[in-house]
Amino acid sequence: MKKPPARDGTILEDDLRVHPMAHYLRMERMPHIWCSSCGLGSSMTCFIMGMQESGIDEKRVTVVSGIGCTGRMAGYLNLDSFHTTHGRALPFATGLALANPDLRVVVISGDGDIAAIGGNHLIHSARRNMDMLILCINNFTYGMTGGQAGPTTPVSAKATTAPYGAYEYPFNLPYLAMASGATYVVRWTALHLRRLKNSIAEAIPKKGFRFIEVISPCPTAYAHKNRLGTGLDLMKFYHDNSIIKHGADPREADIEFTGKIIVGKFLDIERPTFTELMTQNVAKKFGGGR
Amino acid sequence: MKFWRKPLDADTIRAPRGNIHVLRELCKGCGFCVEYCPRKVLELSEGFNKKGYHPPIAARMEDCVSCGLCELICPEFAIYATLVDEDGTERPVKSVSKDMEVA
Amino acid sequence: MARDRRVLTGEHFMTGDHACAEGGLAAGCSFFAGYPITPSTEIAERMSERLPEVGGVFIQMEDEIASMNAILGAAWGGLKTMTCTSGPGFSLMMENLGLGIVLETPTVLVNIQRGGPSTGLPTLVGQADMMQARWGSHGHYEIIALCPNSPQELFDHTVKAFNLSERYRMPVLVMGDESVGHMSEKVVIPPLEKLDIWPRNYTKKKPGEYWPYEFGEDDIPEMVKAGDGYRIHVTGLTHDKRGYPVIDAPTQDWMVRHLIDKIQKNRDKIIEVEETWLDDAEICIVSYGISSRVSHRAMELARDAGIKCGMLRLVTAWPFCEERIRELSKRMKAFVVVEINFGQMSLEVERCAAGRCPTRLVPHAGGDIHDPQDVYEAIREMAK
Repeated sequence: MKKPPARDGTILEDDLRVHPMAHYLRMERMPHIWCSSCGLGSSMTCFIMGMQESGIDEKRVTVVSGIGCTGRMAGYLNLDSFHTTHGRALPFATGLALANPDLRVVVISGDGDIAAIGGNHLIHSARRNMDMLILCINNFTYGMTGGQAGPTTPVSAKATTAPYGAYEYPFNLPYLAMASGATYVVRWTALHLRRLKNSIAEAIPKKGFRFIEVISPCPTAYAHKNRLGTGLDLMKFYHDNSIIKHGADPREADIEFTGKIIVGKFLDIERPTFTELMTQNVAKKFGGGR
Repeated sequence: MKFWRKPLDADTIRAPRGNIHVLRELCKGCGFCVEYCPRKVLELSEGFNKKGYHPPIAARMEDCVSCGLCELICPEFAIYATLVDEDGTERPVKSVSKDMEVA
Repeated sequence: MARDRRVLTGEHFMTGDHACAEGGLAAGCSFFAGYPITPSTEIAERMSERLPEVGGVFIQMEDEIASMNAILGAAWGGLKTMTCTSGPGFSLMMENLGLGIVLETPTVLVNIQRGGPSTGLPTLVGQADMMQARWGSHGHYEIIALCPNSPQELFDHTVKAFNLSERYRMPVLVMGDESVGHMSEKVVIPPLEKLDIWPRNYTKKKPGEYWPYEFGEDDIPEMVKAGDGYRIHVTGLTHDKRGYPVIDAPTQDWMVRHLIDKIQKNRDKIIEVEETWLDDAEICIVSYGISSRVSHRAMELARDAGIKCGMLRLVTAWPFCEERIRELSKRMKAFVVVEINFGQMSLEVERCAAGRCPTRLVPHAGGDIHDPQDVYEAIREMAK
């Protein structure tokens, strides 16, 4: 098979391990299973660069994911990673975080996994201000299983289980996270690469329940079913229709089908975490640290 | 590089130059890098890889300033740039600005 | 200070639930995640008091599903963990019990059985979760389940469950029942030196040399914990020895056989029964938990009446003592199985007896223990 003609000296590489991020990836499992022009790949590069920039010791970073396209991210990252059952990444991560408070636990999962089947765990983990970072990649659908409607699918969008258009009101995830008790709430689209990377770099060393939502295109299921073009078209659309409004009230941040998307940092406060409160409680009764 | 006026320090400061590396068998031809390269260096090739995708080629590599956006945006880890010194040695690029406003 | 009070050495008069909690603590449990459910709530309450004393973590989760997952996560974080529940919660925990089995995570799940099905009899005894203990999660796998019949045994078996879970790198069940959980009896807790506590088998290999599911002849892989730089990836998907998902039939064959072999190859070391008066017996009672105590009374009545009756008490219900039943079936006139259900372990007895002698079930729907007289009647009937 002929090599494509390289003009002006494009350097073609066959050994996958030369990539600058190869250290953070399980290169033996590449290429990954995500579709061409899916936003997950870019989100993963932002995560890796953000983690690198935060200066955190990689040994401490532990990734927990659920089921779905986003859930596969744990398997490609060369960190301690756990691919758990559908919706249960958050309680699994709770156990990890409590067993070893030195770990920087990151939950990477999709909108359906976190807000539908995992919804109860989302609100309670936020309520407790568990010390973990949630990276929720929202593509408005259940992509892995073919494009079913989910808790964030906008009204009138089509899905395989909503063939005549969805008519359930969707969740506004930043609002839900903030109302449940999260202390750091941010939303970007998959194309806000540097801003997303910076938010991740900022969030990783912080304490408390941090929630970053990434609006990402699903080219094969959501975009195709709703005639929104290719993944590139949809990603561009999300970016072009987003309005950066730091400190906005998340109540305004509903996303309507092909509507405006408010992005930015909604919330950044400090509140005692579960572990801090538990330690205080114990110290009061028994004296001394844990 | 083309400028509309010559910068005062054009003789002392050299704009960064970059080499583009493509892991062509990983590319899935999404076109993100081509679309968003700020210097319009890249194009999708006419040839294709084993999976039938058209990987990017650096059609105008002399314009590459090694900003690192292609590396950051590529969902497949199929492209990256390196900084090229005057004598041709390549160095890895620190691809982003830490000062960009987050909030 | 109170921090040294992990092992409450001494003689106590305590409920089975409390003894269970103390057993967990004595075995080294440092993490408990649970949800209140009668009749196991007292275990959680005791843990909430005692774990802070010993520097452990107690958390009441939002539901049993979260509890099961939290104990798995904390086990991978390096701690010995446990949870407790009853019927409805046991059902909820099933999916993630499967996750624990496939990830090969050491942990302990205590089910203080109550009347079922559904909400059933929250405050009254049942023993009808025994088959669910074996087959409750989807897919094919093996499980270890212990059956204590007294508060003392709830202490002892919880310690044993921790040991087995560490040795075989899997969740182990303690199938108590409400009678044993709520009764108060003498419990003797030995000093720590006299307790046999098996530590977690952490690998000595360096990062880069270790794979989470690589094992030797005994089919048991070594363990690691998150944060030590091993950069493991483990998944509930069918996986190979590296822990990476591989979705094809050969890997499925490898993985499922491994999960089965891990127990089956080592069954002789796991199975435990207690035999009473079986040497000359013609009728063999098979029972476990509270029913074994009722059966003991019935056995005494039978002996008084001249019937040569003995008892095989299941200490481990799973894996089942197939070989012993097969042996006994060759010389017994009959098996009399006493359990508070309509035939669960009796199915196993009947299967292993293979028609060599009859198996007579003395059932009970739950809510109460058997009347020893009814058991005695059954023994008398089979002895004719």
